[in-house]
Amino acid sequence: MQFLGVELDKYEFRALLTAMVVMTIFIFSMLYVVGARRSDVPQCVNFDKSYLTPRVDKIDDSTYEVYMVAQMWGFQPDEIRIPVGSTVDFYLTSKDVVHGFYIDGKDVNMMAEYGNVTKRTAKFNTAGVYKIFCHEYCGVGHQNMEARIIVGFPSNQQ
Amino acid sequence: MKISRWLRNVILTELFIPITLLIVGIYHGLMQTVYRAGLIHQSSFAGLDYYQGLTLHGVINALVLTTFFAVAFGHATVAYFLKVEPRKQPTKISMWLMIAGTAMASWAMFAGKADVLYTFYPPLKAHPLFYLGLAVMIVGSWIPLFDWIGLLKSWRASHVGEKVPLAVWGTVINFIIWFTCTLSVAYEVLFMLLPWSLGWKATVNVALARTLFWFFGHALVYFWLLPAYVMYYSFLPKLAGGKLYSDLVGRITFAIFLIFSIPVGVHHQFSDPSIEPNTKLTQSLLTFGVALPSFLTAFTMFATLEYAGRKNGGKGLFGWIGRLPFFDSSRYLFSYFICGLILFIFGGFTGIVNASYELNAVVHNTAFLPGHFHMTVAGPVILAMLGMSVHLVSQLKGKKIFAPALNTIVPYLWMIGVFIFSAGLMWGGLQGEPRRTNLGLSYLNPKSDLFHPQWVPDTLLTLCGGFIMFLAAVFFFIVFFGTFFRKQTQQADQLEFPVSEALHDEKIIPLFNDLRPWVILMILIILIAYIPAILDVFRFAGPGAPPHLPGSPVPGL
Repeated sequence: MQFLGVELDKYEFRALLTAMVVMTIFIFSMLYVVGARRSDVPQCVNFDKSYLTPRVDKIDDSTYEVYMVAQMWGFQPDEIRIPVGSTVDFYLTSKDVVHGFYIDGKDVNMMAEYGNVTKRTAKFNTAGVYKIFCHEYCGVGHQNMEARIIVGFPSNQQ
Repeated sequence: MKISRWLRNVILTELFIPITLLIVGIYHGLMQTVYRAGLIHQSSFAGLDYYQGLTLHGVINALVLTTFFAVAFGHATVAYFLKVEPRKQPTKISMWLMIAGTAMASWAMFAGKADVLYTFYPPLKAHPLFYLGLAVMIVGSWIPLFDWIGLLKSWRASHVGEKVPLAVWGTVINFIIWFTCTLSVAYEVLFMLLPWSLGWKATVNVALARTLFWFFGHALVYFWLLPAYVMYYSFLPKLAGGKLYSDLVGRITFAIFLIFSIPVGVHHQFSDPSIEPNTKLTQSLLTFGVALPSFLTAFTMFATLEYAGRKNGGKGLFGWIGRLPFFDSSRYLFSYFICGLILFIFGGFTGIVNASYELNAVVHNTAFLPGHFHMTVAGPVILAMLGMSVHLVSQLKGKKIFAPALNTIVPYLWMIGVFIFSAGLMWGGLQGEPRRTNLGLSYLNPKSDLFHPQWVPDTLLTLCGGFIMFLAAVFFFIVFFGTFFRKQTQQADQLEFPVSEALHDEKIIPLFNDLRPWVILMILIILIAYIPAILDVFRFAGPGAPPHLPGSPVPGL
């Protein structure tokens, strides 16, 4: 086996080949999941002052838009009640420093940054309480930031 | 070889200062596991706040120690392999700038005026001296590169037809990566954060600052790693009793690092706003490119070790493993290197998880991350640095190793500690446990409304690992300072390395003997990867952010 005019050791060549194959498998799996599971990184949204108003908009019985604002040291809104099977668009921004936004049990993982807006969509098929943590250090009260998404409890029906 | 007194003193100073500071860094490493496991429910302990200690831990261990060591080891490598000492003036200016910068940043951190962690994301604001200090330290670390390039040029002129020594090839490549990547963080610090923290500029573009930071931040990890790689390729084979399997693979490895180390930084920002998914995907794929040299190294190192083991008399499929000098106190560097290599197998694979575009969403900013990078930076990187520091001190000061048996078991104890510690953190991370959080105050406090009992077992496991790592570090400090301050018994000012020969010593390939084409390729790939990222940031970002102190939701200096 020749490489750049140098005799390549056969074991070395096999190792190189194995490394290439392993990486191809990794890359293929990664792209497959993006396509098949529609699991993607957050989307970019142009900034607008209206995103600084925290609110939950009900589009229809199973579609919601949550405009989430992270601030030192809490999330607004800090409790969201939705029925089972809801699809929720989360729009996220920050009023001050950088915060994290992580929904436990979901692969929703975003950074909240001042002057920037980001968006992820998630579907909640199982009833339960989903905690939202801030996972970026944001000052002395960082460890107290938490919000909840309550999915499918009777009080939702009112 | 014998080196000048002044150069000896520079190298010793550049080892002594960061390793002394490391005592503080390691102490707070232990304390974090204590807070996080909920053993104490306080915001501070012994006058040191959790986040202040976390800042010290990150800045000292990951920036100060690594930079000082890379410069000191670089001087030693270049002087030893090119047989010519660096010039006195620039070497000393570089040292004093690094010391002055470290002093400024340390003052700000110890005074509690810079609780912003080592990533210093704005709009959290630190004292201006913190930013200035970091910039001065970085500028100081640039100077040796230009001196070494001059030495390498004259070496090549007088050694036509010879290969550049592999260790020098690696060292110079490492500092080219360092110089290029720190340009962006120097810009961020000097032109964005410093005037803003002084109140001369009202706001800062948060997304731009983060993008500039990660342009630097990921290449930084290769700047930590490459000195260890230089040791693996140049010294490990000899220590094991064999030869380097292939010299050419070493050269290819360093060249691939040069072109792929920088244009991958966006993989730290997969969860960020204002960078398009396509830009993120491109850099995710490039990150797989930078995994390639580590695959090559893994093969070369195993092949090298197998060759050595068989040469030492090992038979059979696995018999060679037992013939390696694991516990030979006269070859203690082998122990430091092998433990680092074993940890790095796991560090490398978990790194691929983090670098994988959407899979990263499962673990981004959770405890999985520190779980991963303690198997890299607290694995091969720190073990190579600590082992080599003891070696250099003993040679340069003419001292015998203090407590040689202890010195030989330090890396094994450390490795066991890191495995337990990282297993705990990664387990926690997969259950959503956040990193960089004083869990003891809320999530691991049974009296708090936020108490999260699912994280009790994994934080306790992390605590066990942290204790073992701390114990290993204490043993290391005994060895290091014991050696440093004991009576001189040998000739001082010596610089010797266990230099390996190559088993396959391929003939010269001009492409792998000249850095210029690689530097041009590096610049091209950086432009292709980063122009879209910067354009995205300007396209999507809204108004800039006013400064915030960590203690107040109201903006202000």
